[in-house]
Amino acid sequence: MNRNSALERPLPDTAGENGRGVGVSVQALSRSFGALQVLRRLDLTIEAGQFVCIVGRSGCGKSTLLRHLAGLETPDAGLALVNGEERNRVHGNTRVMFQEARLLPWKTVLGNVGVGLKGDWRARALAALSQVGLADRAGDWPFTLSGGQRQRVALARALVHSPRLLLFDEPLGALDALTRIEMQELIERLWLEQGFTALLVTHDVAEAVALADRVILIENGAVALDLPITLPRPRERGVADFARMEGLVLKRVLTHHDGNRQ
Amino acid sequence: MSGSGKEALTLPQPAQMRTAAPDAGFGRRLRLSVAAGGRHLEPWLLPLLLLVLWQAGASLGWISSRVLPAPRDIGASFVELVKSGQLLKNLQISCGRAFSGFFIGAVIGLVLGFWTGTSRRMERLLDTSVQMVRNIPHLALTPLVILWFGIGEDSKVFLIALGVMFPIYLNTFHGIRSVDRQLIEMGRVYGLSGWGLFRDVILPGTLPSILVGIRFSLGVMWLTLIVAETIAASSGLGYMAMNAREFFQTDIVVIAILLYALLGKLADMAARGLERRWLKWHPEFAKTGA
Repeated sequence: MNRNSALERPLPDTAGENGRGVGVSVQALSRSFGALQVLRRLDLTIEAGQFVCIVGRSGCGKSTLLRHLAGLETPDAGLALVNGEERNRVHGNTRVMFQEARLLPWKTVLGNVGVGLKGDWRARALAALSQVGLADRAGDWPFTLSGGQRQRVALARALVHSPRLLLFDEPLGALDALTRIEMQELIERLWLEQGFTALLVTHDVAEAVALADRVILIENGAVALDLPITLPRPRERGVADFARMEGLVLKRVLTHHDGNRQ
Repeated sequence: MSGSGKEALTLPQPAQMRTAAPDAGFGRRLRLSVAAGGRHLEPWLLPLLLLVLWQAGASLGWISSRVLPAPRDIGASFVELVKSGQLLKNLQISCGRAFSGFFIGAVIGLVLGFWTGTSRRMERLLDTSVQMVRNIPHLALTPLVILWFGIGEDSKVFLIALGVMFPIYLNTFHGIRSVDRQLIEMGRVYGLSGWGLFRDVILPGTLPSILVGIRFSLGVMWLTLIVAETIAASSGLGYMAMNAREFFQTDIVVIAILLYALLGKLADMAARGLERRWLKWHPEFAKTGA
């Protein structure tokens, strides 16, 4: 009940400009770690409010791209623009969901959602917890939660800031298949409600096809495929169109890799 | 089994046990008390058994009262010492020294540890020097400290502070350095910096390590106190023991030793209490605390 009432109405400060997504523009972004060039003059434009999934093999540079947009890395060359501003430090309109939940073990679930909030944060944190269906766990310690619950708390922690750009660094990778689908549905629903720009890095092509407006494939530090997914939402995994899209992306990922080897 | 003397000693025990066995009432009471007192009493069973054996040994004349007086005699002198006020006075003096030394040393260790832990520059400037001084056993400085401060309070407080400082410094420093980088990064992404980042992420992450340092340095504190009071003092528990030694008052010496043991145990229990209170978020302590 609590959960439903919180869902009907956006968080208090999502009503203003904070609630809407921001555009992202990456221009000729290059980044090396030592001798290894991870990003090679990568270009990418994302419209405000779009849900973009980035797929690619391990080490293709997709997480590095995301970290640049979070302001956690400094590019060697090129630009990462968010809402038209150069992104060179962490910014209040952008939040990250990491691969690990990264909850502070010494704060309660509610305290974790309230990290970095100022003023009267408890009501806002509790509202965000209700959105992910964990309001009843507010007073518990993180170690009592399951992996899926932890990521839901991490999602609430991101949402409570009403981000205009939400970056997902493969946050569902460690979850079991069922929890994973539940989380995907939750993320999609909250994205539809709040309208932030979403950028999700994943290994799972099915996950990308289920969530994205566009699937981007990154290979060797550059965009190799930019595929719009026009399937109507909510998307059903069983249907032929879904399977065809998934097969298309998967084939593309695998072909190029084999071509490279020969 | 081989020596006949040993057999003579061990023989009566099975016989006593056999006579105890038919006493069903005693057995039931024991089971009941174990069930009621729970696990809290179990750690005390062994010390209690030793005490009983000790009293028996002294009563039967196996142990000379010059070597080790009977617990009952020690108890009597204890009561006398308490009545005369001598014990309380010396206890107060000893605890005062111990805790003021501990406080000074802990504060210095914490401040230095946080300083070098959070700033690479301070680490470069200070850590090598602290590590060098740390390698000198602080008790080796006793003669020098007596030359500097005499045998008054200052020398004891100084030695204790010196001994306590290093475990706390080391554990604070390494605690800060081993705080999960990922959590610090998360804190930054979620808008924490400066004092907020320290308060919400770094300090709580360092706390388990600091508490290990505190428990360790409490041991150092009592050890230093005993040595310092035994070598040069005109009051305190150690002085009381050394004074009693000159008059062959073995009972008082034993009382002093037992009090040191008790104080050490109490300090350790206090530190564990802090762990349970401050680390209740920790799965390990949450289990023992429940």
